Amino acid sequence: MAQPKTNNIILKANNISKTFAGIKALDGVDLEIYQGQVNAIVGENGAGKSTLMKVLTGVHREYDGQIILDGHHIAFAGPKEAQNNGIAIIHQELNLIPYLSVAENVFLGREFVNRLGLIDTRKTVAETKTLLKKLDFDINPRIQVSRLRIGQQQIVEIAHALSLEARIVIMDEPTSAISEHEIKILFELIRSLKAQGVTIVYITHKLDELFQIADSVTVLRDGKLVGSRSIEDLTHDDIVRMMVGRDVKDFFVKADVAQSEEILSARDMCLTHPRRRDDYVVDHVSFNIKAGEVLGLFGLMGAGRTELLETLFGLHPKESSGELFLDGRPVEVNSPVNAIKSGIGFITEDRKHEGLVLQMSVASSISLASLERTERFGFLNTGLENRLAQNYVERLKIKTPSVQQVVENLSGGNQQKVIIAKWLATNPRILLLDEPTRGIDINAKNEIYRLISELARAGLAILLVSSELPEIMAIADRIIVLSEGKKTAEFPRSQATEELIMKAAIPKSFQFQHSSNS
Amino acid sequence: MLALKRHKEILVRFQSLLALLLMVVIFSVCAEGFFTKDNFWLVLRQVSVNTCLSVGMTLVILTGGIDLSVGSILALSGAIMAGLFKNGLDLPIFSLFIGFSLFGAVLAGLMTGSFLGFFNGVMITRFKIPPFVATLAMLTIARGLTELWTGGAAITGLGKTFGTLGTGWFLGIPVQVWTCAAIVVIAVILLKKTRFGRYVYAVGGNERAATLSGLNVKRIKLLVYTLAGTLSAVGGLIVTSKLNSATPTAGDGYELDSIAAVVIGGTSLSGGKGSVLGTILGALIIGVLNSGLIILRVPPFWQKVIKGFVILLAVTIDKLNSKEQ
Repeated sequence: MAQPKTNNIILKANNISKTFAGIKALDGVDLEIYQGQVNAIVGENGAGKSTLMKVLTGVHREYDGQIILDGHHIAFAGPKEAQNNGIAIIHQELNLIPYLSVAENVFLGREFVNRLGLIDTRKTVAETKTLLKKLDFDINPRIQVSRLRIGQQQIVEIAHALSLEARIVIMDEPTSAISEHEIKILFELIRSLKAQGVTIVYITHKLDELFQIADSVTVLRDGKLVGSRSIEDLTHDDIVRMMVGRDVKDFFVKADVAQSEEILSARDMCLTHPRRRDDYVVDHVSFNIKAGEVLGLFGLMGAGRTELLETLFGLHPKESSGELFLDGRPVEVNSPVNAIKSGIGFITEDRKHEGLVLQMSVASSISLASLERTERFGFLNTGLENRLAQNYVERLKIKTPSVQQVVENLSGGNQQKVIIAKWLATNPRILLLDEPTRGIDINAKNEIYRLISELARAGLAILLVSSELPEIMAIADRIIVLSEGKKTAEFPRSQATEELIMKAAIPKSFQFQHSSNS
Repeated sequence: MLALKRHKEILVRFQSLLALLLMVVIFSVCAEGFFTKDNFWLVLRQVSVNTCLSVGMTLVILTGGIDLSVGSILALSGAIMAGLFKNGLDLPIFSLFIGFSLFGAVLAGLMTGSFLGFFNGVMITRFKIPPFVATLAMLTIARGLTELWTGGAAITGLGKTFGTLGTGWFLGIPVQVWTCAAIVVIAVILLKKTRFGRYVYAVGGNERAATLSGLNVKRIKLLVYTLAGTLSAVGGLIVTSKLNSATPTAGDGYELDSIAAVVIGGTSLSGGKGSVLGTILGALIIGVLNSGLIILRVPPFWQKVIKGFVILLAVTIDKLNSKEQ
């Protein structure tokens, strides 16, 4: 294990740990960032990449461990102070004001003023021009940002970072939303920044990119550092192995179910891209699920997992196409109302924003999607509602002082169970689960796994989306893999390995010729 | 400690009621003629119109919307009732004249209110116009239509029967207070005891979660705005019969009083949280304040300033309490 070749460590993190509500997001991570290099950080979703960056840029102020910049121990009071110390971050979702010009965005909050105290537009534009020139980016600084493409907006953000005299620029998945041509331009830009002595921290999960621009690669997994090496010492397969290799012990494993007849069958499900009309977010995906079966759906960020579930649930009736069969009969699902009538339930990834009305009680939350069941003579029967809710509270072991408790006060795992109860109350035949264990602790996770397994045994068909490999391998009977909207693989559990799944999941459309690897 | 905390919770829960009682006590001591039977009924009768509008406003605000057009819809509905009852509907093009009974005229007025509210709802749900803008436009449109219909002058001389609804008594209680009480009871049952009411809270609390739970969010909003329009028309009925005339400026600025009542009553402007009973207390607080200040001979301009500060005070206390929890 050779050390990355250069010498000069500009930023160093020692033994960083960060805990959220009892869950360790980072566990004793060491990181060394070398000056004037492209330092890549890779890992699965939830590996701790973003959390680590938030610690480095002063967003999270409470953590264990030390950060050393230029040999000095530092603790940022906030993002602004990190900026003042020359660390800038370019987020996946850009932070530009769409209706201001390029120049106004670059100098937002630090406007040049003339003697009258008014904004000196000429100077702002001239300074922006100089910056853009450095980046070899030929665009009128007076143009409105909303009229630029995403890739161009990214360059504006980089110009903004440079105007702050950033010495370290962190890029969080910068190629996730831009075209191949724009990626090439971005990489040219990164190389030129490097030549100017700027240090880049590059976060990605597209491994092919690494061999194009990275000097060193650091791999994180489950909040821990797996290793850090110079790119020359690594092959594509090495990185995949570092990303996935882990113990699968202590994990709940679903029992095999005697499988029966097919419940749901989907043919050529498509969803068009919201902006690029000729492109697909979900690209001709076909699959089927039998009663009692858990079908796992794996994919990295941007693979179209959530979008596929949303399409099945009738949330994009105008933009989607494909055929859906329930019990062999064709059905048309063009709205959630319709989906629920057909027996489909959808447990969304984002509990707080999509799953729950937080100020409602446990009882009201459970009955929300099946309220007609608690009606008597046109009026709600609170006693009946509470009894139904109590039933589910006991069955799913939801920890709550009473069914009148406001759901906002429950823990993440119990909130998730409330959502599952809400859907069970609609008597579904098919459950779509999107990252059902995200952000909940390991014990609650195991309970959710057991619950999923029980529901399958009771005859439900379950489509489970997860970006955690051990999870999907433990509870899915069959696994399909999505990459860039396409189905790239399908395995029965017995044949699935973490490496096979990961290989199928890594985007292929973006392949450079790198002779030595893969 | 626990007992103290429990006391505090009760205090927070009933803060509007306590504020109302406190005001009644203060005015009873300071303002001679405040604590009398006559003034009691006067206050209730004055509050009744705002109560009608505020109940509708509560529903709208619970869904996370707002309705600025209630005052104008009140005026147009009242004018339609008065005009149809007095003059009938003359359609020379079809050489047609339709006379209206009292019942027919009132029904036509109420339907006008419902239709305008429905129109608001269509603009908001179908054409995705923000509620503030859609109802601001309706505020102007309905006011303009009122002026067109009345020709800019009051429609007067509606006769004794029409006046009963606004000035009459039934079983020792003013008729409009009966009307109002009925509306409140129906609204409370609707919100607490029916699916529709539960859905109103869900839509305002988290529209995305409501949609994903299979609620027809558009239909719920449409119904809410239609109800708000209908209740404005009921307000128009009360005002018109009380004055025994329909004026083109009726209800001017009433939207602000009804929003104030909802806000003082503790309903969150971002939706999902609040109650009709809170709103009634809010409307009563405004009514008592108006009455007390008039009896104390506080100059009208100062009355407005004080009312504004009461709104700020109520919302500030609410915010502080919710922050603590």
